Amino acid sequence: MKKVSTIIKKEWMQVFKNRLVLFSVLFLPLFFTALPLIMLGVMGGSSSSVEGLTGEMPSEFTQLCPAEMTAGECAQVFVVTQFMMLFMLMPLIIPVNIAAYSIVGEKTTRSLEPLLATPITTAELLLGKNMAAAIPAILATWLSFGIYAVGAALIVSSTTVLKALFDPMWLLAVILVGPLMAVLSVNFSLIVSSRVNDPRVAEQLSAVVIVPVLLVFFAQISGLFLLNQQLILLMALGLLVVDILVLYLAVRLFQREAILTRWK
Amino acid sequence: MIQTENLSKQFQTTQAVDRLTIDVKQGEVFGFLGPNGAGKTTTVRMLCSLIGPSAGSAVVNGFIVGKQDRQIRQSVGILTETPGLYDNLSAEYNLKIFANLYEVTDPAGQVEKYLRMLGLWERRQDEAGTFSKGMKQKLAIARALLHEPSILFLDEPTAGLDPESARLVRDFIGELSSEGRTIFLCTHNLDEADRLCDRIAVFKTRLLVMDTPDRLRAQVFGRRVVMHLANASELLAAQVRVIPNVKEVQVIDNKLVINVDDPEHNNPEIIRTLVNAGAEIQFVGELRRSLEDVYLQLVRNAD
Repeated sequence: MKKVSTIIKKEWMQVFKNRLVLFSVLFLPLFFTALPLIMLGVMGGSSSSVEGLTGEMPSEFTQLCPAEMTAGECAQVFVVTQFMMLFMLMPLIIPVNIAAYSIVGEKTTRSLEPLLATPITTAELLLGKNMAAAIPAILATWLSFGIYAVGAALIVSSTTVLKALFDPMWLLAVILVGPLMAVLSVNFSLIVSSRVNDPRVAEQLSAVVIVPVLLVFFAQISGLFLLNQQLILLMALGLLVVDILVLYLAVRLFQREAILTRWK
Repeated sequence: MIQTENLSKQFQTTQAVDRLTIDVKQGEVFGFLGPNGAGKTTTVRMLCSLIGPSAGSAVVNGFIVGKQDRQIRQSVGILTETPGLYDNLSAEYNLKIFANLYEVTDPAGQVEKYLRMLGLWERRQDEAGTFSKGMKQKLAIARALLHEPSILFLDEPTAGLDPESARLVRDFIGELSSEGRTIFLCTHNLDEADRLCDRIAVFKTRLLVMDTPDRLRAQVFGRRVVMHLANASELLAAQVRVIPNVKEVQVIDNKLVINVDDPEHNNPEIIRTLVNAGAEIQFVGELRRSLEDVYLQLVRNAD
């Protein structure tokens, strides 16, 4: 584990020394935290009935709002629910740049060969690079969620809305699914990074991993389906399996020889 | 320490290394010379277990290439063609990373030892990116030595360095050799190879020759004795030509240039003959061809 922790520390020293990279890691969580809080604040004022919302929100969603809720509260529940998806997206998006650059970046600076000449195994190297990219993303997501939860609790007065915010389903999504998403995103990016020769290509291709989650996000907004606790647990289980498979694939696809000899 | 037997590497249709058989002994400085694209770096990469051979076998420090790769990587040090440092990290931290990856027992001590030895201790907190080319090269050499490898692979260690830095690196290689380390030196600098190497292999996809620098000279050009005379003439040259084992005699200005296989054995008789013939000998010496001449001759022949 010493080698893994050495790689993690090295990556962090390199990444966070660059203030722009640090900013890019922090900007998204801050933006994704501030945006729903602002919207919650704006929407809270409406006192018309839930019925008035028909047509503005998916019917599947308005059915979940009890009749005693005001339109503003229902809208707040809607916002809370939709923006919770962002906390699943965040750990997917944040590490992409770091992970995508991690192998191809070492290729461009020619530091990969001395690194590969050490007795480090491919699994140790990739695990180190994976954790170095995933841990900040997970921590940033949890921190953002914490800020969001505290901010929402201060803005929202309705216990029904707060209940929706602290629904175990979302806690599961943020605490369990989020990290699994981060690991998936990082592993996918590492595969791309080890197969391409240009950091820009690596970043662009790595971003593809966001697409499936965006589909879920838009499906939920458009009311195609609503996430529930069961679905989240299934998603976590599926992600766990996929994460293990993708990590295995990343190790298999990391061909030292091809990386060293085909890179010019 | 390093034995290869018909070691070969093919990249798709390109044969990079063809049936290389060498045996490098412990404590030897072994020069590996060849033109660009000859397959030197590929050979070093195979011997450091960075890439696998297509055919043949190699044993490095008692470990088999392709089977005991981690042990090989743990026991050798490599200076790659480019230093490949982490430019935005300090010199000290650059070394600490590798000390930990090589599982050095006293990382801080080893880092300090080599930073001091290579004159970088005062600059240890500076980012490697701020270093001159020579300093970067020294830092990369320190990195290759942290785990005290018994075999050191140096790929063009003085390439692009100013004369002062190059000399410092060369002196350092000499010191490492005197410690008993085996050094596998890839270089284009023939003067450097001549001065540092116990044996030299000239390589261009396949091994062309392998021997000590002096024997290579003798193999390619034979040995030549130059005699400065006050009265050099064709007549005197003719007297020398008839001596057994003398291959060729040329008169150049006031000198006789004599090609013989074994000057230590033949020179007394040559001198006697010349003195008896009335020659006034001023100086006697061996005409040494540069390793560059030898190398160019061998590479031209290979073409």
